[in-house]
Amino acid sequence: MVNPAFHCHGCHGEGLMREDFPILNQSIHGYPLVYLDNAATSQKPRAVLDATRNYYERNNANVHRGIHELSNRATAAYENGRERVASFFNARSSREIIFTRGTTEALNLVAHSWGRANLKAGDIILLTEMEHHSNLVPWQLVARETGAELRFIPVTGDEGLLDLSAIDSLLAAPVKLLGMTHISNSLGTINPVAELCQKARRQGVVTVVDGAQSAGHLPVDLQEIGCDFYAFSGHKICGPTGIGGLYARAEIMEQMAPYHGGGEMIQDVEFTHSTYKEPPHKFEAGTPNIAGVVGLHAAMDYLDCIGREKVFCHDQELALYAYELLTRLKGVRLFGPQKGRAGLVSFHLNEIHAHDMVTLADQKGVALRGGHHCNQPLMKKLGVDSTSRASFYFYNSFAEVDRLAEVIREIQKFFGCAAA
Amino acid sequence: MTDDVNDLYQEVILDHSRTPRNFKKLENANHMADGHNPLCGDRVTVFARVENDVIQELSFQGSGCAISKASASIMTASLKGKTLAEVQSLFDQYHVMVTTGTPVDATGGKLIAFAGVHKFPARVKCAILPWHALMSALKKSPTPATTE
Ligand SMILES: Cc1ncc(COP(=O)(O)O)c(C=O)c1O
Repeated sequence: MVNPAFHCHGCHGEGLMREDFPILNQSIHGYPLVYLDNAATSQKPRAVLDATRNYYERNNANVHRGIHELSNRATAAYENGRERVASFFNARSSREIIFTRGTTEALNLVAHSWGRANLKAGDIILLTEMEHHSNLVPWQLVARETGAELRFIPVTGDEGLLDLSAIDSLLAAPVKLLGMTHISNSLGTINPVAELCQKARRQGVVTVVDGAQSAGHLPVDLQEIGCDFYAFSGHKICGPTGIGGLYARAEIMEQMAPYHGGGEMIQDVEFTHSTYKEPPHKFEAGTPNIAGVVGLHAAMDYLDCIGREKVFCHDQELALYAYELLTRLKGVRLFGPQKGRAGLVSFHLNEIHAHDMVTLADQKGVALRGGHHCNQPLMKKLGVDSTSRASFYFYNSFAEVDRLAEVIREIQKFFGCAAA
Repeated sequence: MTDDVNDLYQEVILDHSRTPRNFKKLENANHMADGHNPLCGDRVTVFARVENDVIQELSFQGSGCAISKASASIMTASLKGKTLAEVQSLFDQYHVMVTTGTPVDATGGKLIAFAGVHKFPARVKCAILPWHALMSALKKSPTPATTE
């Protein structure tokens, strides 16, 4: 649950650091942009844009190959990035960090390299009902291949909490893997991952945490959480698209087979077989996204400059305020817990489809997401085909939440809902 | 709201989305198909009874946004009594209209209300979904009417 130590001091409802984000300063369809689609991707501060640009202008070369100066610089930048990710999440060592394109690739790597070697018919893969498709479909693929079975920790309904009443029996053998999202992208629920990982570990169950929504949004200490794997995306935490990573506990990474084959990941290649580099390099085939790592490094520095406790507290206050304002509107159904939620609200309006909602909000300059949020089975369970979602980051302000509520009212009026 | 929005959500579209016509299962349909837009979750099932290459009856069921619902409703209301060749031609024109704004000819009646969709590329799929379902229903060889 939310650590009560994160008390908010000093965010008075203003968006933080807005001046660092050139993109926020524009009009959309004649209205000031109100960007509330941060759970899909965050905006990028100048510090990140500059770092990437500087890398390309001054230091660009391939890594681990050349022995010339630029290659040395590029290699150093890339490996410093790995150190930075390890310190950002308090991993024991940078050797536990594999760079990937993002959360999706990281989770596929786990399913492919760990899953195929360790799962067999009769084993159980335990997930939750609130998993993003990227922590569900890879396991469906492995389950089909290995004969393992998928089971799910249920979600309580609109409140969107994990129902842990039967967790001990759910975790009993032959469960081999527990996969869960840290923060639900469609409900805003913060799951008690440390507690669940501890229970799982006692049963010898390997744990995967989908950190797409938690990384960069609250302090994450991987040694405290105690998971075996943690996946995240750079683009959701002020970094560039196309870069992210997988934390894998050293002991488990060492036993894993490669994911992709190719250059960079090999030691020695013969015509019929090869030997591989030591982990984590053996999981990074081909020329990596070096500029992405440079940008990610800058993003992590930037976030720690603000302070992740502060980011979390700010986002949470915005979400609580939004929740509060939206409950006052008629015909609005809200999803996710009221207390202890992350920085997003998901809602459904009577008689107005999320798709129409999002089109009309956009016409007022408000960027939302509408749809199933890559949580189709969950939406089915909740009995809605889609929801609208407003998701916040530190640069959003209370005034923007006011604007959201105002725009929703206008849209209700437009559709002739009595509620308005 | 802006002109573009008022073009998109014309009164006739709002009306059909609120009270869709032919919104039911057709018990004696001999053609049927589902359409699904995985992006937004819109789902539609189109039922048709075709005799001698003429659409006798048309209906739909499903859930979706105002645009897809109105599109299905107006489509079912517009095509009764049309020959399959006429339906194909209207589909082709409708397709051009929702992607470019060039209106369908006058025989299309209310279909012209969807000309504004082309300014909202993300919504073209919504407007065209029921039509794709209909065309795929008509392509299938007729099945005996089911009542299960
Ligand atoms: C909870 C969750 N998991 C996984 C992902 C996938 O992240 P990416 O598309 O960056 O791989 C997302 C992003 O939408 C997410 O919200």
